Amino acid sequence: MRTAFLLFLLAIGIQAQTLLIRNATVLTVTKGTLQTGCVLVRNGKIAEVGPNVNAPAGATVVDATGKFLSPGLIDCHSHTAVEGSVNEGSVSDSSMVNIADVLDPTDINIYRALAGGLTVSNVLHGSANAIGGQTIVIKLRWGKPAKDLMFAGAKPGIKFALGENPKRQGYPAEFLSSPATQERRFPGTRLGVEDEIREDFTQAKIYQTKWKQYNERLARGEHPIPPRRDLRLEPLVEVLEGKRYVHAHSYRSDEILALIRTADDMGFKIRTFQHVLEGYKVAKEIAAHGAGASTFSDWYGYKYEVIDATPYNAAIMTRKGVVVSLNSDSDELQRHLNWDAAKVVRYGGLTPEEALAMVTINPAKQLGIDDTVGSIEVGKSADLVLYDRDPLSNYSKVLKVWIDGHPYFDRDQDLQDRDKRAARKKELIAKEKAEEDAARKKSETERKDKTTPNAVPPTKEGEL
Amino acid sequence: MRPAPLFFALAACCLAAEHQSIIIRNVTVHPVTSPEIEGGSVLIVDGKIAGIGSDIQAPGAQVFDGQGMHLYPGLINAGTNVGLAEISSIRDTVDLDEIGIFNPQLKAEVAFNPTSEHIQIVRAAGITTVLSLPSSGGEEFGSPNATTPMITGQAALMHLDGWTWEEMALKRGAALDLLFPIIPSVPRRQPVTTGTPPRTYPDLEREYKVKLEQLSTFFEDARRYAKATSAGAPDFEPDPKLEAMIPVIEGKRPILVRAAKERAIKDAVEFADKEKVKIIIADPHDLGSTLDLLAKRGIPVVLGQTLSLPLKEDDAYDSQYSLPSQLFKAGVKFCFATFDVEFARNVAFQAAAAVAFDLPQEEALKSVTIRAAEIFGVADQIGSIEKGKVADLILTDGDPLQATTSIKAEFIAGRLVSLESHHTRLYEKWKDRP
Repeated sequence: MRTAFLLFLLAIGIQAQTLLIRNATVLTVTKGTLQTGCVLVRNGKIAEVGPNVNAPAGATVVDATGKFLSPGLIDCHSHTAVEGSVNEGSVSDSSMVNIADVLDPTDINIYRALAGGLTVSNVLHGSANAIGGQTIVIKLRWGKPAKDLMFAGAKPGIKFALGENPKRQGYPAEFLSSPATQERRFPGTRLGVEDEIREDFTQAKIYQTKWKQYNERLARGEHPIPPRRDLRLEPLVEVLEGKRYVHAHSYRSDEILALIRTADDMGFKIRTFQHVLEGYKVAKEIAAHGAGASTFSDWYGYKYEVIDATPYNAAIMTRKGVVVSLNSDSDELQRHLNWDAAKVVRYGGLTPEEALAMVTINPAKQLGIDDTVGSIEVGKSADLVLYDRDPLSNYSKVLKVWIDGHPYFDRDQDLQDRDKRAARKKELIAKEKAEEDAARKKSETERKDKTTPNAVPPTKEGEL
Repeated sequence: MRPAPLFFALAACCLAAEHQSIIIRNVTVHPVTSPEIEGGSVLIVDGKIAGIGSDIQAPGAQVFDGQGMHLYPGLINAGTNVGLAEISSIRDTVDLDEIGIFNPQLKAEVAFNPTSEHIQIVRAAGITTVLSLPSSGGEEFGSPNATTPMITGQAALMHLDGWTWEEMALKRGAALDLLFPIIPSVPRRQPVTTGTPPRTYPDLEREYKVKLEQLSTFFEDARRYAKATSAGAPDFEPDPKLEAMIPVIEGKRPILVRAAKERAIKDAVEFADKEKVKIIIADPHDLGSTLDLLAKRGIPVVLGQTLSLPLKEDDAYDSQYSLPSQLFKAGVKFCFATFDVEFARNVAFQAAAAVAFDLPQEEALKSVTIRAAEIFGVADQIGSIEKGKVADLILTDGDPLQATTSIKAEFIAGRLVSLESHHTRLYEKWKDRP
């Protein structure tokens, strides 16, 4: 209890810290670029942005002359920090499972991503089923317990998946590249995937009505028997009521359009289409539905349904009014989303500002968190990244990262600590070895005591 | 925003003939092997570079106005499966990893599909030459056994323009693709399996030794065969497999050894020493203490994807990003490759990332041009803008290692090639959908 209180005090101390980053090229994303700018951080929030800001007493001052400051990068499609498999693939609708239950805050990929300027991730269930599990948004607060990684106030989501992945479990054995790990199940076609979602929402609406009627009777002072809770349908009711976002894995234009129509018919919204490599073919319809598109910069050629992938996808969708973000879907790629964003300048001629927006404010909008993150603006959370060069340069690297004004990555510190960590590792290995040796000696002595001397040959080195 | 302005497209039809002279004027020439020339010109005659400078006279030559942009040598991806694999997850479209332990007679170029979509896509990124490999790679964490392939065939350097693979082959038999036997890492926590029990270290070590022995025997057979060939014995029976090994044991064709970790690298170098063959280390991810060894022996390295995760949980976060600068500081010659198809066009961005992590910028550019040419013995033909070399040139609006740069025009063997691809055609069609 006392430890908790001390930690609380410590946290308050961190929150209360005042930080001034001075003379950086400030890429605000939403309010242009300050060639030489200062950003003042107070209580974890951006307090002032301008060409000249005086350092308040006691402020930590970072001289960033010649360096670049951007908002923390945001990845709208990640599976980082998910313990074990990302797929509960045994059923076609696994909406009852939640990624929050299997979040591993000690996944080293969190730190590696931080070292690449990432501060927020949309952590998703896999794509093995038409309706997958519940999803969460996290801040990469490395070193904190799982509950402290949760992005407070971010709306939870649910993963949907269309196309090859969800229908694969329905293939006959001769079409599987590796032996089936489970029985065939519906759906095995895109027709079936469309129907699966429609059937599930039909049930969800009935379930919703039952609860509505129950609550109405309760309000009238009656004593009705409550409907039986259904943990699978509850999250779908939340979708219908706008309390949970739908993130839909998709590739082909037909399936994207079909899901939009299902959603229209059932009365819910798709928040984002994920991957959405043929989004450019139905950009008009995506924009009209109000969905965002979270895509890859230039992935192609890895499966049949991406046959019409093109790196110009982001540019076309942007010009047709879709809010586009670039995601990683990868523990590796999430470490340099800024370099990835630069590609939309080459492919389709978007501006550098539009490019940077695709890994900052646009994913923030898609996740409904743009009121607190995604740009450098007064009042927003101080999630900031300092680079040695323009982050859209492939020669740039991240020097420092702050989340809520608290430093979470510092390259100099990382370099300094390497010897220390190596020494610590050596120490731990020696300790473990000593313990093993001691245990072995002990067991030998015990054996010797029980038998005649020298009857058991000594254990040879390396046999353990 | 078109991939290439209209006048370039018009120029294409006029400049198609190979025997013509073309002069590219009004460009900053970046020869790579010598200082850049502002306001320079490059003269191409019969597909070769015939002159470079700021004051070249070429009466009768077609003039190509570079509009003040930058001219670089074409980039090289020194390890791909381009031409041999179309969609990696669909086996029918993949011609990699033939059955058999020793297949030195297999030649990548004969199955190089000259109309693969990847060729145009990779070319549009400024890459004019790729090394095409007949295998998809090693099995570092897999489970090699007695039938796992070791020699998968000959890699070929392919130009990314031509009507047939014969026209595209720049150097056949550029290297022998060798997946060196390793002792795979045994996971600390064995996965729960219902099938065969997981193999233990002693098992794996035994298998490794057997494979090493097989490999040595095969080289020994090749040596005996070479002797028999030259002796011209009356009852001599030719064997294509062993025939293909003759250039290798004579030191004319290097073995390209996929060796990810320190131990495999050391083993492979030791093996090459014992067999007295030329060796190139490919796709290393943990150099460990091998830097001095590689530097001292002058063994070159083809780096695989350096935009990859550290091997071990406690490795430095930038352990892969810094591989190029480690090699550079140690004095080891290296170039870049992707060892795939889907990301082959992005090889320049790996070189660029190395600059972020301490590789000098000019070295990064060399590592995707002249260094690759040197390592595969074609530096007299490609890799830089020099008189007498093949005219593989790219015109850009900036540094070709930057993603924000566009490739505006490209010459392969003096021919102006199209930068259109399935990707640009989809763009042109769908951007105007009403």
